[in-house]
Amino acid sequence: MKEIVTANYAIAEAVKQAVPGVIAAYPITPQTEIVERIAQYVARGELACDYIPVESEHSAMAACIGASAAGVRTFTATSSQGLLYMHEMLHWAAGARLPVVMANVNRAVGPPWNVWADHTDALSQRDTGWLQVYVATAQEAYDTTLMAFRIAEDKEVLLPVMVNLDGFLLSHTMQDLETVEPGSFIPPLHLPHAIDPAHPAAYAPLTGPKDYYRFRWEMEKSMRAARRVITRVEKDFAGRFGRRYGVTEEYRCEDADILVVAMGTLAREAEVAVDRLRAEGTRAGVMRLRWFRPFPTLDLTGREVVVIDRDYSFGFGGVLARSLCSAARIEPFSVIAGLGGQEVTYEDIASFVRERRPGEEYWFGVKGDV
Amino acid sequence: MYEVRIHSRGGQGGVTAARLIALAAFRDGKHATATPFYGAERRGAPIVAFARIDENPIRIYSQVRSPDLVVVLDRTLVPIVDVLKGLKPRGAVLVNSGHAVSLDHMKVHRVDLTGIALDENLVIAGEPVLDTPVLGAIARLGVVSLESATKAIAELFQDPRNVSAAERAYREVVL
Repeated sequence: MKEIVTANYAIAEAVKQAVPGVIAAYPITPQTEIVERIAQYVARGELACDYIPVESEHSAMAACIGASAAGVRTFTATSSQGLLYMHEMLHWAAGARLPVVMANVNRAVGPPWNVWADHTDALSQRDTGWLQVYVATAQEAYDTTLMAFRIAEDKEVLLPVMVNLDGFLLSHTMQDLETVEPGSFIPPLHLPHAIDPAHPAAYAPLTGPKDYYRFRWEMEKSMRAARRVITRVEKDFAGRFGRRYGVTEEYRCEDADILVVAMGTLAREAEVAVDRLRAEGTRAGVMRLRWFRPFPTLDLTGREVVVIDRDYSFGFGGVLARSLCSAARIEPFSVIAGLGGQEVTYEDIASFVRERRPGEEYWFGVKGDV
Repeated sequence: MYEVRIHSRGGQGGVTAARLIALAAFRDGKHATATPFYGAERRGAPIVAFARIDENPIRIYSQVRSPDLVVVLDRTLVPIVDVLKGLKPRGAVLVNSGHAVSLDHMKVHRVDLTGIALDENLVIAGEPVLDTPVLGAIARLGVVSLESATKAIAELFQDPRNVSAAERAYREVVL
């Protein structure tokens, strides 16, 4: 069915169709609409699940962990400070190999207090063992949420997945959405290590120096396997429902001399900038990174790269730019733009490309030497 | 691409009006987006919301800077907000007002949304509802069809007075 909804509603719709057994929720702007909508489905009897309104985000993740450990499909949503409050539990969900799915509506971290789009919240959780994906349309938010359950619960993965979407710019923007009947696309969850009262076992006992690293290596093996699984699931999704996604979404990249690399809505608006630049004779393209964890293998040799980060790692640089420096061995022009919802238009993005200085970092809006 | 900027005060329905435009355009078979610009505002503070309509998928998320249509739901905003900012050379202006509005010698379309809402007893929490009737006036300007406008309103609001108020605004807008 075709409708026009916000990305927050699109995610709630996907969650309804994936039918989690437990949803734990704590509201925070700009995510609140997701759990509010889901609460409505549950209240109307459209979704049969245990909906647990908890007292904090830490508890929300703890509730998901408990339910997931019992082999139940789980979902929660959060933003910014709420995500940070979950931090300890994020490590726990991943380390305990629990396929929790969470939507994180990217919002700046305070102080200063700010409710607008910024990726630093999620990127500061990059080493927790969660898979991270960044979407750019309501349709993609919906499709990716459906795929997230399938990927997280794949026996080769069994790691939690965080679906990221830009606060307000995407979460509150109405766009068209075509829903599907997922049917057998998301099979029932079979967690091999689910708690079973008939067969008591110890979970997360003290693990000594001789064994701990082996659990960590198992996590990394699954992260590496996730690359394959993601591609397989995206292909299956395309086969069933006709919409094709990749680890990256490329726009006019084939013959491009210059690539703009970014995540989320900025990267989609960059397509309009690229059209302008092409009209001026500059062969530019956009590579929109969808999956940040596991980080993809990218071949950017022979191209100039302009990376736009809506985030920052203090004392180091833009997280995406720095990741690309090491993963793809490039020296990009690193632009820090859109922090805390800073307005960035396609004209601005075109000017980043026109005025690029390879190897340097530029803070959009900051005057003088940076 | 056709771009709309709506000026209103928090609580007057500017955000909902943008959503209704997008929904009606979608029912017309077009691509559309509606984006609120949320500030730290509270009820009564000036706010803006945007709608975009196009034949192709819309890839722009930044704010509308050169609108084809500016809608002002509260005329007391005119002296304090630059409502004409960036308006396209042949752009249109629609103001909620019962009498002629002079704006920089521009031709201004007007419709008494407040009067219509009060007349139809379309009042919520003591405030006249402006977001549904304004869609009728916008339909009259040709941005969306009246059929899709009324369909969109009925989809979001059960009270049939919303549709009748929109139909009245469609008829009563002074072009």
